[in-house]
Amino acid sequence: MIWAISWRNVWRNKLRSAVIIISVAIGIFAGVFSWAFYAGMVDQRIQTAIITEASNIQIHEKNFLENPDQKFYMANASGIANDVRAIEEVRAVSERLIVNAMATSAETGSGVKIMGIDPEKEKNVTNIYSKVMEGSYFEDEGKTPVVIGEKLAEKLSIKLRSRIVLTLQNMDGTITSGLFRVEGIYRTANSVYDETNIFIKHEDVINLIGLNESAGHEIAILLHDNNKLDDVCNLIQSSYPELDIKTWKELMPDVSLVEETMNFSMYIFMAIILAALVFGIVNTMLMAVLERVKELGMLMAVGMNKIRVFTMIVLETVFLSIQGGVIGIIIAYLVTLIFNRRGIDLSPWIEGFEKLGYEAMVYPATNAGIAVRVAIMVLIAGIVASVYPAIKALQLKPAEALHIDI
Amino acid sequence: MSVIEIHKVTKIYDDAEVKVSAINGITLTIEEGEFTAIVGPSGSGKTTLLNLLGGLDKPTTGEIQINGTKINDLRSSQMIDFRLFNIGFVFQAYNLIPVLSARENVEFIMELQGKGKTERRKRSSDLLKSVGLAERMNSRPSKLSGGQQQRIAVARALASKPRFILADEPTANLDSVSTKNLLDIMERLNHEEKITFIFSTHDQRVVNKAHRVITIEDGKIISDRNQEPQSN
Ligand SMILES: Nc1ncnc2c1ncn2[C@@H]1O[C@H](COP(=O)(O)OP(=O)(O)OP(=O)(O)O)[C@@H](O)[C@H]1O
Ligand SMILES: [Mg+2]
Repeated sequence: MIWAISWRNVWRNKLRSAVIIISVAIGIFAGVFSWAFYAGMVDQRIQTAIITEASNIQIHEKNFLENPDQKFYMANASGIANDVRAIEEVRAVSERLIVNAMATSAETGSGVKIMGIDPEKEKNVTNIYSKVMEGSYFEDEGKTPVVIGEKLAEKLSIKLRSRIVLTLQNMDGTITSGLFRVEGIYRTANSVYDETNIFIKHEDVINLIGLNESAGHEIAILLHDNNKLDDVCNLIQSSYPELDIKTWKELMPDVSLVEETMNFSMYIFMAIILAALVFGIVNTMLMAVLERVKELGMLMAVGMNKIRVFTMIVLETVFLSIQGGVIGIIIAYLVTLIFNRRGIDLSPWIEGFEKLGYEAMVYPATNAGIAVRVAIMVLIAGIVASVYPAIKALQLKPAEALHIDI
Repeated sequence: MSVIEIHKVTKIYDDAEVKVSAINGITLTIEEGEFTAIVGPSGSGKTTLLNLLGGLDKPTTGEIQINGTKINDLRSSQMIDFRLFNIGFVFQAYNLIPVLSARENVEFIMELQGKGKTERRKRSSDLLKSVGLAERMNSRPSKLSGGQQQRIAVARALASKPRFILADEPTANLDSVSTKNLLDIMERLNHEEKITFIFSTHDQRVVNKAHRVITIEDGKIISDRNQEPQSN
């Protein structure tokens, strides 16, 4: 019956309880929605990092990442790629040749990173093909096509179908060059990426630098489920102990750090909101205890023990806070859902956002984990807020409490 | 057997600026089945005495035995349980939990005692019937008159099957009809079920109903007599 008493006590002073419930709801709404907003932003950044840039896992020759020289290649890259393709958790694999080169147009030049790919395999791993704004992604039959980023096109002042010369060292170290025609221009969310990465066909790179067919510098692996990251990594490592196998988290530590930092700062943000709310709740509950001094005195006189009195006040406080919390979470969820469909366009406010690899359209994450975490935090805050009023109630002496005039 | 025995009890309040000797050496025995009024002018120590008899407060000196247990040395948490199982209380006001119905108020005390649901249901309706409130069982206190609330308080006090009931001015807020009503119920319970009642009062009509009248002044008993109750 203590539960019933506590629950009904919440509604004895309807206005006062409603005020505190609404303020808790507003605070929680603000917290949950901001959390969902940032989580959405970070999720997108991670998605971009995986699907456009790093994939889930990459394999390289031991020295390549430290010193991306073309001489650190894997001679049997296509064989390894086939082995990896056979792993159940793997969705797609693409092997690449990577060569640093100088791209020159009629006007000017720029350092670039050539990705020598098989377009059909690459399409299954990265989504660069879907980012092509002009032209196509290796669909024309023309000779020596190249797909470049919009940023680079601007820099070199070239257009679709312009010619560029790629100058690089072949495997013996002699300088060689080839003429390529711009077949497609892409744009990702990361303009730095767009400025440096260009795509040409695998066989064209082979011809330029003189390597055998099965060689490769990088094998990019896309998984069905990002949670299987470490399992698959270990599996490959055990078959190829001599190779360097890295997850996107290791390849892009900045991105994975953003995720951790975001969660950490959101916990702090929520804690600050809740701390402010706790004061309001404590105040309300103190009022509730003080105006009920005689009743509490009577309860203790007739035999309600301290544990029960304490429980009653704690439950009442928790009911008060949890109601506000639940309302706040529900509203935040609905608002998040709406914006999750529509997106929030930040481009009018934030410039240069895209340089960092973030999309200007943010889709807040409808993440049940956030709601659960916040709900637990509200519960804890409610319990914390109840302690002082409950202790106040316990300090009452029944004989005196019954005689205080209010 | 006596339900209460107190021996040379004094109570001095010294937490206030001035020391107040509210009880100055009272020795008293209450037997099972009594229907006793404690009377005296305002400030004479009636409430203080009842608080001591009910274990709501501790004496400064002297010994208090209730149902054979010396309560002087009980810790306050033990006292709460002791009261729950041994003593019924009816106060002048604030007897009931406003958010519970009449029946729930009566059942609540039994729940604190750990009684099962069926027993609670049965006993609460029996008791509310016997105080004439069978019809209003599901009403909350605020929907009932002062007299009806005090009758629920009596039912609540009885619910725990205490050895005796202490009532500090139970009729002080009631009109004369409700006062008579409540006293008739108390008298009947005393007569038929041998419930021991000890109550304080200012009201002569209430005093007249008592079988024993203890008069105190300045914290001392100045008279203690048995009387034939008048049925006015
Ligand atoms: N908590 C307290 N602290 C200090 N003095 C107190 C306290 N309670 C009662 N007193 C004093 O003790 C004396 C007896 O008070 P008590 O309340 O027992 O009288 P009473 O007979 O019940 O009076 P009334 O008929 O007005 O209810 C009074 O002088 C009162 O002022
Ligand atoms: Mg009094």
